[in-house]
Amino acid sequence: MTEWILFIVLTAVAVGSALMMVLNRNPVHAALWLVLTFLAVAVFFLVLGAQFLFAAQIIIYTGAIMVLFLFVVMLLNLEREREPIVTGGQRAAAVALAFALLAVLVIAIAARTSFPTMAMVPGGITLTDLGVALFDEWLLPFELASILLLVAMIGAIALARRRT
Amino acid sequence: MSNSAAQLAYLAPELVVAVGAVAVLALDILLPERSRRLLARATAAALLASLAAVWWLYAGEVAGRPERLFTGTLVRDGYSLFLDAVFLLAGILGALVSARYVDREGLQSGEYYALMLFAVLGMMLMAVSAELVTLFISYEILSLSVYVLSGIARGRAESAEAAMKYFLLGAFSSGFLIYGIALIYGATGTTALEAIGAAVMSRGLFGNSLLLIGMALVTVGFAFKVAAVPFHGWVPDVYQGAPLPVTAFMSAGVKAAAFGALARVLFTAFGSLSAVWQPALWLLALLTMVLGNTAAIAQTNIKRMLAYSSIAHAGYMLAGVAAYTAGDVALGSVLYYALVYTAMNIGAFAVVLVVGREGEGNQELSDYRGLAVRHPWVAAGMALFMVSLSGLPPTAGFLGKFYILNAALRANLIGLAVALVLASLISWYYYLRVVWLMYFIKPGEAPPTLSGAPSLRLAVGMAAVLVLILGLWPSAALNLAQVAALTVTAGGLPVIGRP
Repeated sequence: MTEWILFIVLTAVAVGSALMMVLNRNPVHAALWLVLTFLAVAVFFLVLGAQFLFAAQIIIYTGAIMVLFLFVVMLLNLEREREPIVTGGQRAAAVALAFALLAVLVIAIAARTSFPTMAMVPGGITLTDLGVALFDEWLLPFELASILLLVAMIGAIALARRRT
Repeated sequence: MSNSAAQLAYLAPELVVAVGAVAVLALDILLPERSRRLLARATAAALLASLAAVWWLYAGEVAGRPERLFTGTLVRDGYSLFLDAVFLLAGILGALVSARYVDREGLQSGEYYALMLFAVLGMMLMAVSAELVTLFISYEILSLSVYVLSGIARGRAESAEAAMKYFLLGAFSSGFLIYGIALIYGATGTTALEAIGAAVMSRGLFGNSLLLIGMALVTVGFAFKVAAVPFHGWVPDVYQGAPLPVTAFMSAGVKAAAFGALARVLFTAFGSLSAVWQPALWLLALLTMVLGNTAAIAQTNIKRMLAYSSIAHAGYMLAGVAAYTAGDVALGSVLYYALVYTAMNIGAFAVVLVVGREGEGNQELSDYRGLAVRHPWVAAGMALFMVSLSGLPPTAGFLGKFYILNAALRANLIGLAVALVLASLISWYYYLRVVWLMYFIKPGEAPPTLSGAPSLRLAVGMAAVLVLILGLWPSAALNLAQVAALTVTAGGLPVIGRP
């Protein structure tokens, strides 16, 4: 029962924030709604027992990629008023095409999936496994990656710093 | 070996360089503006300390028995120690030739020397890597450092162009390398070099296309870095555009590191597949020697001429790797050549720096007319390096080529040996032309003024002495190279088939 409630709440948040992202006129607000979508999807992964995907989703999408989006939005300095000119015919065609694509996908998935009723056993790689691997067998490459990042940082500063 | 502190002791040379790099960065902030030139000395001191650590490990008889460290991701053996010494030599000579230049051109000295140390660290880590992921990360540490160093003269457009070209093509080659590593992992289920070799034997993966494509991609990734034809397109522009001391440093160091890693991967992991890769390297070596030497003839800029010459020398070293069936003789000849090439090539670039003027001026061949009349010692040094690069006795270059020829003949690669001799004959023309210009042509109306920084003269002197010692009394260094090569080949698997 709790799983059902969790599922419904998460779905509502994910779909709702995705809609808000598309419908919002302000690009920065749209990006923030996208963050909420990503977070909801991340919690989905956690509920399914995929701990690593949960962490990766938050670190990579919510962290790195969203920051990149926001930077680009701010650098481009988009004007809020400017809207692409869309005629009624284009809008109708776009809606029709989108529904056609949805129909194809739904039919394809419905026809090819057996929809197992058994619960999936949570398994695979847990964060514990990953942590043990990183700090035991792969300790040295892991530490070397930090040197690599340091070099990249020094290099970026050396090339981009304003001349004094 | 599980005790971390004991394992770190085996990595003393690498640790010293890493600490040195961070220390240089800190000193850059702490020191007042006028004493920034101390940074070059700090860099050289860190590299010398690391060389002492290499010596300490040699004395501890580490060279003879390989020691696996950090769950087998690294292996400390004579091979890695010998290569470390080569990289440190390149770094020390590189720091010496940089000192005056960095001041004169107003480069950011803290970042410059720190990146140079990080580049040396990347090379050293490539040499000790016994596992492909570690090798790839080390390769990237080296690559990123030299990309930035090539573009660090931000005032000059050519420098930015060089960095951009190097970065784009280098990223491309990294892509080849990592894709190849992924395929090899897919085929064998491991990235450890020895385990790959064992998997090929025990599971009979000789015709496995996944493994063969992976091996080919890894070889291409390294072929980019050693500048083998047809993966050499970036070399002339990058070597010409990069700041001159950076070119000197990377032309020798990066090449030695890439050869060290390539040879270890091929000999340890793919020894049993030598029938496949030997003919491929044979062809690469032939193309590289012929094209490098013929293209060098047409150059009028000395930096560009030395760039093509460095392509040609990559060809000679590839011939040494291709002579796999000669075992430790082949690998030893490549190691010895890497040492010799480092000394003579950085030496030649050091003389170009002595003659050169602000903003990369005075780098045409015509600027060398009559140099012997006004500056006999500088001209004598240049003549020595040119004779050595062309492979004439009594210099180190002659012996280096001799041992590679010896390995090629032992491996029954007669055709390649003949090609090597013929390619060297072509190279005499453009190397000895410089000598002829210096000694037999009257100086032009504007005689070259020299920048006589003591550190630069020290570098020329050191390189010249090394070229003479390695040419006249090679047995000590050759012995070390041979022992170093044995630590790799002795652990290798038996050879199956011959091309």
